[in-house]
Amino acid sequence: MYAYDELDRTIINERVSEFRDQVKRRLSGELTEDEFKMLRLQNGVYLQLHAYMFRVAIPYGTLSTKQLRALAHVARRYDRGYGHFTTRQNIQFNWIKLAELPDALADLAEVGIHAMQTSGNNTRNVTSDQWAGVAPGEVEDPRIWSELLRQYTTLHPEFSFLPRKFKFAITASDHDRAAIKVHDIGLRLYKNAEGETGFEVLVGGGLGRTPFIGKTIKPFVHGHDLLSYVEAILRVYNQYGRRDNIYKARIKILVHELGIEKFAQEVEEEWLQMRDSALAIDDAVIEDIRSRFSYPAYEKLPHMPEELKKAAHDPHFEAWRKNSVFPHKVPGYAIVTLSLKPVGGPPGDATADQMDAIADLAEKYSFGEIRVGHEQNLALPHVARRDLPALWKALDKIGVATPNVNLVSDIIACPGLDYCSLANARSIPIAQELTRRFANHETANMIGRLHVNISGCINACGHHHVGHIGILGVEKNGEEFYQITIGGRADEQAAVGTLIGPAVPYGEVADVVEDIVEAYLALRARPEELFIDTVKRLGVEPFRERVYATR
Amino acid sequence: MTSPLEQKKIRITGPSVVTANRTWDGVVIYRTAQQGWSAELSDAAIVRTSEEARALLTESIADDVGAIGAYVAPVEVKDTGAIKPGNLREHIRLQGVTIELPVPA
Repeated sequence: MYAYDELDRTIINERVSEFRDQVKRRLSGELTEDEFKMLRLQNGVYLQLHAYMFRVAIPYGTLSTKQLRALAHVARRYDRGYGHFTTRQNIQFNWIKLAELPDALADLAEVGIHAMQTSGNNTRNVTSDQWAGVAPGEVEDPRIWSELLRQYTTLHPEFSFLPRKFKFAITASDHDRAAIKVHDIGLRLYKNAEGETGFEVLVGGGLGRTPFIGKTIKPFVHGHDLLSYVEAILRVYNQYGRRDNIYKARIKILVHELGIEKFAQEVEEEWLQMRDSALAIDDAVIEDIRSRFSYPAYEKLPHMPEELKKAAHDPHFEAWRKNSVFPHKVPGYAIVTLSLKPVGGPPGDATADQMDAIADLAEKYSFGEIRVGHEQNLALPHVARRDLPALWKALDKIGVATPNVNLVSDIIACPGLDYCSLANARSIPIAQELTRRFANHETANMIGRLHVNISGCINACGHHHVGHIGILGVEKNGEEFYQITIGGRADEQAAVGTLIGPAVPYGEVADVVEDIVEAYLALRARPEELFIDTVKRLGVEPFRERVYATR
Repeated sequence: MTSPLEQKKIRITGPSVVTANRTWDGVVIYRTAQQGWSAELSDAAIVRTSEEARALLTESIADDVGAIGAYVAPVEVKDTGAIKPGNLREHIRLQGVTIELPVPA
C-alpha cells in the first residue's frame, strides 16, 4: 500500500471544498451548465441516460480495505448499492445525485480516494499491472513509477487542457497485464544490458473510433529521465495535437499523421532542451516514493501445505484453484483473482455487501490489500496458500469465485445502452447471455483462454478491438446490430481484431459467438492451441465461412 | 446524442417531446405544456411540427437551472392517446435498464 502524505491529503480535501462550492453555485443558478460542465467532468461526473455517473480513480489498481469499504459506503449511501469496475482501474456509480456528490467525495477523501482527472482532456488515472509488486519475475514494482507519474500529472497546469484525454499504463513484467500498447503512453519497465532500470516508451496506442497499437518511440529511457521524456511527448502533443476535430485530437492521430520517426524527432529535440532540468529525477525522490509503499511481512511457508493437499480432493475447489490462483513471487503465497463475472451477471459489477465482505477477507487473508485489474476483476495479492481452501469457501459464498478467469465467460463489457448516453446498443445483456451459454465449466475449460470484449459504441470502452472475439454494438435503422471481430489481443503481442463480416442483429450475437467457438474447436491443431493462435495461423476466413454460411 | 444546437436544424418527422435530465439528481424529465417538467412521459407536451419542436426546445433550454441536456425525442402516440417512447434509447430512459440490477430497487 502507498501512504499519502500531508500534501496529497490537502490537495484532495481542497478539491472537495472547491467542488462543493461549484455544485452549490450550479444548483442556485449562479453557474450555467455550460460553465459547470468542465468542472464536473474534472471531478469524474458525467451525465448518463438515467442519472449522473460518478467515476472514482483507483490509482494503479491498489485499494486498502478501508478504501474498499468507503466505496461500499458510497454505493450504499449515495447510489443503489453497487458499483461498476471499469477497464481503467476506476469504479463508476450510476445513480448518484449531483446535490449529494460533494458529500460522497468528502467521504472518499477521508480514505485518500478522489475522482480528480477521471474525465476531461487531461492526464487520466495512471494504470498498472494488478499483480504489481507480487508477480514472479517482475523487474521491480511498477507502482513506484506509476505513483511518480500520478504526483507529476495531478493538477499539472500544462496538461490540464490537452487536445484530448491522455492515458498512461505501466508494466514491469514480460507478460503485459496492463494493456500498455493501447494507451497514449505505454511504459515497459526493464533492465538493459548494463543492468540499469529504465523504460521502453510506446506512444500513440489507443482504441475508440480509430484504433492503433502503440509504437516504440524510444527503446530505453533511464528512470532518471522518465519525467523529462514524458513531458517532452506531452509538449509536442500539446503543441501539434488537433483541437479542431474531437475525432482527430488524440495523440495516436498525431503520431499516425506525422509518422513515428518525425514525431520521435520532435520529441527528441524538445527533450534535449529539458533533459537536465529540474525534471531529472533524483534517486532520493524515487527512494521517498518507494519508502511510502509498505509490503507485507511474509512468513516462511510451505508451497504445498496440508490444508491444500486435503482440499485437492474437492473437485470444485480444484477447478477454482487451477483457474483463479496464480503464482506469487514469495514461496507459500499466491495471487487470487476474484471473478466479477458470475453466470448471468453484469461484468465488473460488485455490490456494496460484496465489497465489504471482500474487504473483510482481504484483512483476514491478504494483508489488507485488494487489486483491481483492467479485465474488470479484483485480486487479493498476498494470500498464503494454506488459506486458499478457507478463502475459496468465503469467496464462493459471496459469488466471486466463479472459476472462469481468462475463459470465454470472463467478458469485458462497457455499460452500453442500458446506462450510457453515447452507446448505440446494449452490451450487458449480450455478455449475460454469453455467460449462460458457456456456463458449463468443463466446456469453458476445454475451450481454453478466450477473451470476449463488448462495446456498445465505437468509443470502445469495452475494448472490443483487442478482444480475441470483439463485439461492437451499432445502430441500423433504429435496431441494435453487432459487428464481430476476431484476432484482437491486448497483451505484449497486442493486435486489433479483424471484422469477420456484416453486422448481425441482437438476437443472433450469442449464436455467432458459439459458431466461432465451434469452428475453433474443429480447426485447432491440438487442444493446447489457444483460440488466438488458431486465428493467427488460419486467418479469419474459416471463421467467416462458418458464421455466414447459413446466414 | 445530438446537441440542442444541431437539433435546431433538424426537422421532426412525427410526434415528439422534449426530454432532459433534472439538474439536482439527474432524473429523466419531460417538458410539459405548462412550461414545467415532469418525470411522467404522459405529462409531456407533444409537438408535431418542426416549428413547434424548435419552440419547445428553445423554451426548455432556457431553464438552465431546472434541467440539463434538453433535446427533442420521438414518441408514438397510440389511438388511446397513450404516449410511448419512439426508440430503444428513449424506452430505456423511461423504463430503466433492461437488465436486473445487482441490488433490486
